[in-house]
Amino acid sequence: MARRVAIVGTGQTYHKSHRLDVNGREMINEAVTRALEDCELTIADIDAIVIGNMDHFEAINYVDTWSVEGSGGYMKPIMKITTGGTTGASVAIAAHYHVACGLFDRVLAIGWEKNSESDTTAAIITCSDPIWDRFSYSGAIPSLATEASAYMEQYGATQEDAAHVAVRDRTHALNNPYAQMYGRPVSVEDVMASSMLAYPIKLLDVCPRTDGACAVVFAAEGVAEKLASKPAWVHANSVRHAATWFGDVDYDSGMLSLQRASAEAYDKAGIRSPADDFDVAELYLPYSYAGLKWIEVLGFCGPGEGPRFVRDGHTDMTGKIPVNPSGGVISTNCIGATALLRVAEAAVQIMGKGDKRQVPEVKKALATGFGGCWWSDVVILGSERPD
Amino acid sequence: MAADTDKTELLTVSSGGQAMPYEWSIGLYGSRFFQEIKEHKRFLGIRCPKCGLVRVPPRRICGPCFQKLEELVPLSDTGTITAFSIVSYPFIDPDTGVQRPIPYTYGYIRMDGADNIFSHLINETDVEKIKVGMKVRAVFKAPEEMCGNIQDIRYFEIIR
Repeated sequence: MARRVAIVGTGQTYHKSHRLDVNGREMINEAVTRALEDCELTIADIDAIVIGNMDHFEAINYVDTWSVEGSGGYMKPIMKITTGGTTGASVAIAAHYHVACGLFDRVLAIGWEKNSESDTTAAIITCSDPIWDRFSYSGAIPSLATEASAYMEQYGATQEDAAHVAVRDRTHALNNPYAQMYGRPVSVEDVMASSMLAYPIKLLDVCPRTDGACAVVFAAEGVAEKLASKPAWVHANSVRHAATWFGDVDYDSGMLSLQRASAEAYDKAGIRSPADDFDVAELYLPYSYAGLKWIEVLGFCGPGEGPRFVRDGHTDMTGKIPVNPSGGVISTNCIGATALLRVAEAAVQIMGKGDKRQVPEVKKALATGFGGCWWSDVVILGSERPD
Repeated sequence: MAADTDKTELLTVSSGGQAMPYEWSIGLYGSRFFQEIKEHKRFLGIRCPKCGLVRVPPRRICGPCFQKLEELVPLSDTGTITAFSIVSYPFIDPDTGVQRPIPYTYGYIRMDGADNIFSHLINETDVEKIKVGMKVRAVFKAPEEMCGNIQDIRYFEIIR
């Protein structure tokens, strides 16, 4: 029987496009220091570390070792995890496994990226199959754009529908001083007028490139209650990887990995009506159209109903299920940290530490990770210790 | 908050313009795909004996079924656009180290007789003239110019 596990502390950097004032290790250390402060621990209290990023974005290929002085991993067990965009959620889930199995009581999860150090698109292209897909592939934006074009064809969704998602997330970011896009409001008109990157995706429909790091402390039952007045308990995790061939994805039947991962996690956590049962969701939505289609896959509304659900305000801060109070991925995208930020922000909401971005009385929170070739991670957190 | 230090005193180090070539194995069925294009100007797929789906390009294993594949299926050179995007932003091609020419249209094409889709270029960059559902045909290099790689297919053109 696995032990119950809770998040007791989180920390993150103030995210920027270029953090020239710190190297990668120093940037990691900022997030780690804040996470330890949040639960009043010192690095000596940490039993093991799980760290993740996309190695080739910085061309540093043994990050677990290279980052020791920043992570605090000197003479500690460290494991590195890299799973594309899901990296941060995979790091969180692996840290949970470390504690749940009974071998470690306090585990530090770290995600980070310094996107300013390379051409992000070129780096992402090297994730695609070198023989078949790489020649025509041009990074994350067009593969998402193809999904969007198929969704628009299927349900008649418009570019304006997607713009409402971008505006929602960027408006929420105005409440989050850590967000890269903090203090930079946009309107639907701004999104529609922004330059076309890859039809139908425009500049303001898509995530920025970010330098940033996030750290989260996981603790075992019996320990967690002493470290946090309101621990964020892990109610469920689920991971699903799909095809590695872009051509094997069925773009007309939702997103299979997210369907399967969320179905398993909902079942474990007793979620029957997601839009009613969750008080908040921090979703890995790397572009605006995902905020239409993927909330349908997650069961917030029916197929094709995403545009209306968003326009009716159900995902706003005062709606039935506020989505991305942090501003989401469209406002901050330090890739190896991005999915861990979703988990951390969901924990912040449970712990009641969200300041201006806090949703009142959060008891259950959903976090997701997206990456690679349509992979999905799902994490469900709750204020009650699970049975 | 991160100090807004005067950026002129913050230095970076460049890796330089190094090149590190790789040599990737295509495998038997993938190699046959390119030979089929050169000899017969048609695509080659493979059928899974368990799920029955025909996928292109041919590979040795069906991922969902974890099943060994052997039944190669000749296909034509035509298909249907299932999704596309017109790439308009500049970026470095990691295979060449230089900027890839833009704009170009990235397309997902369901080849006739196949159950999955094939990613390649479509030679139409005017968004008003391309739609999901249009029929397309592969345009190949001349056989003597073919190198046994994905660029032996130059692009797909819309059948109007």
